Amino acid sequence: MLHYAHEQLQGDYYTRAFQAGAQEDTLIINMGPQHPSTHGVLRIILELHGEYILRAEPVLGYVHRMQEKMGEVKTYPQYLANMGRVDYLHALAWNWAYVRAVEQLLELEVPERAEYVRVITCELNRITSHLLWWGAYLLDLGAFTPIMYGFADRERAMDLLQIITGSRLTYCYYTFGGVTADLTPQFIDGTKDFCKYMRTRLPMYKDLVTDNMILRHRVDDIGIISVDMARRYGVTGPNLRGSGVEHDLRRNTPYSIYDRFDFEIPAYEECDALARYLVRMDEMEQSISIIEQAIQSLPEGPVMPPKMPKVIKPPKGEAYGEVEGARGVIGIHVISDGTATPYRIKLRAPSFSNLSLFAEVSKGILLADAVSILGSLDLVIPEIDR
Amino acid sequence: MTMIKKTPKQSTLQGIKSLFVGLKVTGRNFVMPQITTHYPRKEVSNLATYRGHVDLVPKEDDPMTSKCILCGQCAKACPSNCIELVIRKEEVEPPPDEEAQPDSGSKEEATAKSAPKKKKVKRILDAFMLNYNLCSLCGQCVQTCPVDSLEFSTNSYLAGFTREEFIFDLLERMRNKQKASSSG
Ligand code: SF4
Ligand code: SF4
Repeated sequence: MLHYAHEQLQGDYYTRAFQAGAQEDTLIINMGPQHPSTHGVLRIILELHGEYILRAEPVLGYVHRMQEKMGEVKTYPQYLANMGRVDYLHALAWNWAYVRAVEQLLELEVPERAEYVRVITCELNRITSHLLWWGAYLLDLGAFTPIMYGFADRERAMDLLQIITGSRLTYCYYTFGGVTADLTPQFIDGTKDFCKYMRTRLPMYKDLVTDNMILRHRVDDIGIISVDMARRYGVTGPNLRGSGVEHDLRRNTPYSIYDRFDFEIPAYEECDALARYLVRMDEMEQSISIIEQAIQSLPEGPVMPPKMPKVIKPPKGEAYGEVEGARGVIGIHVISDGTATPYRIKLRAPSFSNLSLFAEVSKGILLADAVSILGSLDLVIPEIDR
Repeated sequence: MTMIKKTPKQSTLQGIKSLFVGLKVTGRNFVMPQITTHYPRKEVSNLATYRGHVDLVPKEDDPMTSKCILCGQCAKACPSNCIELVIRKEEVEPPPDEEAQPDSGSKEEATAKSAPKKKKVKRILDAFMLNYNLCSLCGQCVQTCPVDSLEFSTNSYLAGFTREEFIFDLLERMRNKQKASSSG
């Protein structure tokens, strides 16, 4: 017979607090922190009655890396490298949010070509992010093949991004005032080919997966997030658009040069996992269209402003940079006290809000559906913990 | 224009048909050529643009010394303090032809001449240490270098068993590379 210390049997703080409210004849289990469907180290404590979830509570903090605190000890350019590590799937959007905030502080003018380069690379990165989500979500739902197709295509996009950024995942490519390297002809030709190629792949995805009867049964009418609930939790991005709200920063408060392109904001009114799924599938198509338009009208010119200060020392003040990431609104609030180090950096991560509603939306559903809902929220755990 | 769409609904018949459509896609892919690479026997083709750890760039006229002017800006810019310059100071006699300069008659030069002649201190780079364990490949060092003395290597097969193997002396690496290329 094993003997445990009394405290060990009690569990940690979260378990004890969760247990206190448990009903009779229920089972409390941990989903995670090493559960394959949580994509990272997210732990969810569940109270089950048979197969049904009575209560759920996400426990965060397993990959907390003090990203905000690090901002207070590093200089402005040194902190750039952190941005790719907050959300490794859409790193360029985080790059962009940060440089936007600092550019506002410095009152820097970004050359036109650099804006185009940013749009092209950011949208390409959005496609890679959605492709990974697509494959991983279906993997959660029990389909193994789609992730192979998704990764094969994602690989092509990452090869392209590697040509100019030099890295494959945690990009550190944008810099204050522009981008660190200009596009090469190899990249431009490759991207044109990629767009053409993806236009043949997306219908294939539709045939293989989207129209599939088995998938429909797993996602249709599952995880209803009403507009009201979405608003209460501050949900943004494809999850909000899946609840029938056409909110997209690229359209609502067009930053950079997004107002020059012709694209749709896909939104579906059903509020279920299928709606969120379809929003992302449509978004990939829109991103391809934005890239094609941007490449076609790509102007010549420099990618950095002619006069850059040698040391980045913004004047006293604060600025908020926000962009539309693959998971929603990414916001970075930078406060400067006039030195070379930020006084405070606050990161707004969309996944954090998107996860918060899980406790509410998972009440009374089947355990298997909880996996489907979690996947449809497209969570990136390092972004939640920061 | 944007429009809030409805998710398309599916009848049972359509659902059953979808299963066969999916099988057709799978069947087509089954006979397509393989897209993965059988690694040790074949290499992937995208390694040329890979950005590995930084390397020193040699001078064009003297390949055994680097372009580096020992300013230390890269070490200061690095977010993770990876770079350390080992600098030796050496006193050198001023070259004699310095005195034979034409007299411009400016005031500063006059005072400099009247001051007792100091021995010049020359700073010599002994080693350029890079701790690759900490490097995040952010590129700040390459961007700050005023004389473009740093570049990214493209070595994607770097592997080792201990941490110590990833502390490089870039100067030595550069010289070894130059020696190898000149002899080979
Ligand atoms: S790439 Fe970045 S982390 Fe690496 S040595 Fe250079 S400045 Fe430091
Ligand atoms: S910034 Fe360039 S020149 Fe200055 S120490 Fe570093 S490598 Fe040498």
